[in-house]
Amino acid sequence: MNMEHGTVIIGNGIAGITAARHLRKHSKGRIQVISAESPYFFSRTALMYVYMGHMKFEHIQPYENWFWEKNRIELVVATVLSIDPEAKSLSLNTGETLPYDKLVIATGSATNYYNWPGQDLKGVLGLYSKQDLELLETLGPAPSEKDSNTKHAVIVGAGLIGVELAEMLHTRGVHITILVREEVFWGNVLTHQEGKLIGEHVAARGIDLRFKTNLKAIKPDQNGRVSHVETEAGERIDCQIVGITTGVKANIAWLGDLPIEKDKGILVDEYLETSIPGIYAAGDCAQVRNPLEGRRPLEPVWYVGRMMGEALGRTLAGQRTAYKPGPWFNSAKFFDLEYQNYGIVKPVADETQTHYFWKMPDKEKFMTVAYHPESGKFVGVNTFGIRLRHEYFDLALRQGWQVGEVIGGMKKANFDPEFYKSWYSILVADFEKTTGITTSRKLILTNLFR
Amino acid sequence: MSNRSWYVLGMSLFTAALVLFISLSFFVDIPLDTKEVQQLAEEKNEGLAKNLSKAPYGSIVNQVNYLKVSFDDYNQSIKDQFGISEQKADQVIADLGEEANRYDEKFIENNFDAEQVKLVKGGTSWMIGREWASFEEFTKNFRWKVQDINQQIAEEKGIPASDRNDRLFALLYAGTPAWLKSGWAAFLIFGLALLGGFVTMVPLLNVKAGIQHNGIYHRKRQNAMGSAWIVFAGLIGFYIVLYHFAHFIAPQAALLDPLADKLAGNASSQWFLYGFLYTISMGLMGFRMLLKYKGNAYQQVRTVSVFFFQVVFAFTLPQILTRLQMPAYDMKSAWPLEYSFFFDYRIKDYLESGDLGLFLLFWGIVLFAVGVPVFTYFFGKRWYCSWVCGCGGLAETLGDPYRQLSDKSLKAWKIERWLVHGVLVFAVGMTALAAYTSFTGEAEILGINSYSVRSTYGFFIGFVFAGAVGTGFYPVMGNRVWCRFGCPLAAYLGIVQRFKSRFRITTNGGQCISCGNCSTYCEMGIDVRAYAQKGQNIVRSSCVGCGVCASVCPRGVLKLENNGSVQFNDNPILIGSNSVSLQN
Repeated sequence: MNMEHGTVIIGNGIAGITAARHLRKHSKGRIQVISAESPYFFSRTALMYVYMGHMKFEHIQPYENWFWEKNRIELVVATVLSIDPEAKSLSLNTGETLPYDKLVIATGSATNYYNWPGQDLKGVLGLYSKQDLELLETLGPAPSEKDSNTKHAVIVGAGLIGVELAEMLHTRGVHITILVREEVFWGNVLTHQEGKLIGEHVAARGIDLRFKTNLKAIKPDQNGRVSHVETEAGERIDCQIVGITTGVKANIAWLGDLPIEKDKGILVDEYLETSIPGIYAAGDCAQVRNPLEGRRPLEPVWYVGRMMGEALGRTLAGQRTAYKPGPWFNSAKFFDLEYQNYGIVKPVADETQTHYFWKMPDKEKFMTVAYHPESGKFVGVNTFGIRLRHEYFDLALRQGWQVGEVIGGMKKANFDPEFYKSWYSILVADFEKTTGITTSRKLILTNLFR
Repeated sequence: MSNRSWYVLGMSLFTAALVLFISLSFFVDIPLDTKEVQQLAEEKNEGLAKNLSKAPYGSIVNQVNYLKVSFDDYNQSIKDQFGISEQKADQVIADLGEEANRYDEKFIENNFDAEQVKLVKGGTSWMIGREWASFEEFTKNFRWKVQDINQQIAEEKGIPASDRNDRLFALLYAGTPAWLKSGWAAFLIFGLALLGGFVTMVPLLNVKAGIQHNGIYHRKRQNAMGSAWIVFAGLIGFYIVLYHFAHFIAPQAALLDPLADKLAGNASSQWFLYGFLYTISMGLMGFRMLLKYKGNAYQQVRTVSVFFFQVVFAFTLPQILTRLQMPAYDMKSAWPLEYSFFFDYRIKDYLESGDLGLFLLFWGIVLFAVGVPVFTYFFGKRWYCSWVCGCGGLAETLGDPYRQLSDKSLKAWKIERWLVHGVLVFAVGMTALAAYTSFTGEAEILGINSYSVRSTYGFFIGFVFAGAVGTGFYPVMGNRVWCRFGCPLAAYLGIVQRFKSRFRITTNGGQCISCGNCSTYCEMGIDVRAYAQKGQNIVRSSCVGCGVCASVCPRGVLKLENNGSVQFNDNPILIGSNSVSLQN
């Protein structure tokens, strides 16, 4: 009898689990998901809230524990040591060999270290996994601990994880210095004005920001724990924790000498299949060979993991579905300031896009609208402190609206809670005055507001 | 000063006020020889008054015992005066001469006073013409019945058991020393409590607009552990005293004598005290909401709204109606939450209160029959549950620190649906029985007693579920236990919301990151995330529209909306991908 091995998914993050769920929706076959990080799927982006006491770990698990058995998704707690594509099997750290019919690699990312001296010292950590969070609990002060030895932390890198780590440690009374490579906060993504305002927002929470500052080395005390860092400018900053938040890299080092094509990530085609037939990759660790226009080959964000999982789940179930992401979008939160992004807003305007920046007077509410200088076509928006409707911009980007049409219809894009001060008429007036472009309202035939 | 120091200082002040408040029942001497007490006692009997005038000084606990003994004495004197004495019973038995079958109606008429005959007939008719094993058997039963009859006489002419607690309350209230009723004591005690409360909020004055949830899951008191159980026991104890032993808090009620006099032209009562405590709790904790939700207009506006309805409609207007000798109706309280609205005595009250009474009756009917469906169609049940309702108002203010404790499991949702709709059926059935009784005068239908159904509902739903459990369970099961599992009005509003309303929570395309803040802080135990991560609108009957899910969402995914026509989109759509379109 031919035993069914079914699909084995390595990694129970958003990509792997979404693939498993969609596969189950469309197929009755066997599904196994392997993870050593946590038996149940959890929301990685929510780890910070567990540390800050907003939630318990169980709250960041989106499905109740019975869900997996009920949907016959078998959870295997183990680390995969190697893949044998000839025998179609995995060898696990438990000593077992696990055969598969189809394999999905969804092992996510790992913290990117840049070979700094001292980066292996006790007290140095990234923030990616559940284990990182547990390590942070042992390194930093306990909740409401008064006289912790951990008084100061240095965070290297002012990106989204950096600001999360800063907010987390800040709630435990740790003083924080962030070393920022650029002139402004998250300067490789945000525009100069935005980065500057975000920097002000973060600094107002008592965070010490050192711009144009790079890490040179991390130095230990006599016990081998971090005692201070040295910057490239030769400055010494005492600290007991060093957070490395200079980005992530695809978690593929463990593949060893597996003959699979890879670059920065595992190379996949539009069906997320790798160079080895029957093996697929999705999420942070997958690198798309021929990305669609406006998309990058590696996009290590939650939403991409989810969209890849959706497509892959169907493909695995026999409904071959290409991964075709729509217009780019993203979101984040800098302490108390929410950020949403639709389309592409480059950090610096160039010949492909002009920036219109608007800030509500006396409020931490601002946005940058990018449009093509000649055609006037809308290409993207960054919004801070104002919630905007994804559907509106998705439609605008797909249909290629003029920037004047996008601005003119902004009332329909508003997603702020009720009774919030209305901003669109001020925006429209300012936009027309600043850019000289007349706004108009687009007749929206789609059912935009469900 | 650190946040913790402010909290400790504030809680110390608050606790001091609480101790002062409770100690009134234990350490204040209540004299019973005052003019007011004498007047009240004399209404019943001079002997009772005389007895009370000899009462020693003592605290409530002493005086309650003394009063109970005095009531017993008084009832005994009634029995002695009007009842069947033991000699009389002996004589009757002797007259029968060992022949039980001689005991008949004629015999009763011949042997008892005219006043007693009816009672004796009523109590012993079953003994007439019965076969007795022996004459002893007959006499034993006869003597028992005599005691019953005497008790009945005491109930009728003396102080009935059902009246005892009210009389105890009235006498102790009257005896409460003037200095406690001056208003200064109230000012001191409630002022200190409020001051303590405000001091705990000092750290909130400095926070920047944003989510103030740091450390909630690091504190025992907000996790159904440690002191949460003290608060739990305290709240439940308070409701038991309020409903069943109110005389022990007569001096506390008396603190508010001047206020009750100004508003209603009446003495205060335990219910006035309860209303006052309810209102200031909402005020204090509502102020906390305003600070906590700095920069969040929706939360602030609705907090001001519930407090307004509490102060004006629940607390003040009924007092003014009382002053006008009108039925003291809380005009925002709709049937079936206001479950006694259609009881015969209330209908009678409205009909006997002139045009204003008729208006109140009309208003109550329009409120539940037209107001509820129409407003819910346009705004969702939130117009009531988190903007107007008193239970909701307390839950949203006093209960806010506990909102995360609601159970989000699928199992809890199943229990919720059975329970809350069960209570609705119970309330409707009870009201139908009450209506039948008031039209026909018949108490029994198909062997069901309309009055006992009412008293069962009053005890289990009115007192236990809405009161003791509803508020007492805040610190252990979250702030909406009653609203979620028990409130029949919420069930009714929920049915309209689920099937015929514009209201829904929309999700913002594909922006959800499944973090779980929305589900965790949903006081109604809705797994909001389950919908948000699928890009599905949330149309749930239980949603009270508090808007906290939208407030705590770190990515701006949720929005309460009631624009446009009624829309149901049960199709989950995650925007952002072309791989999967609506068609497949």
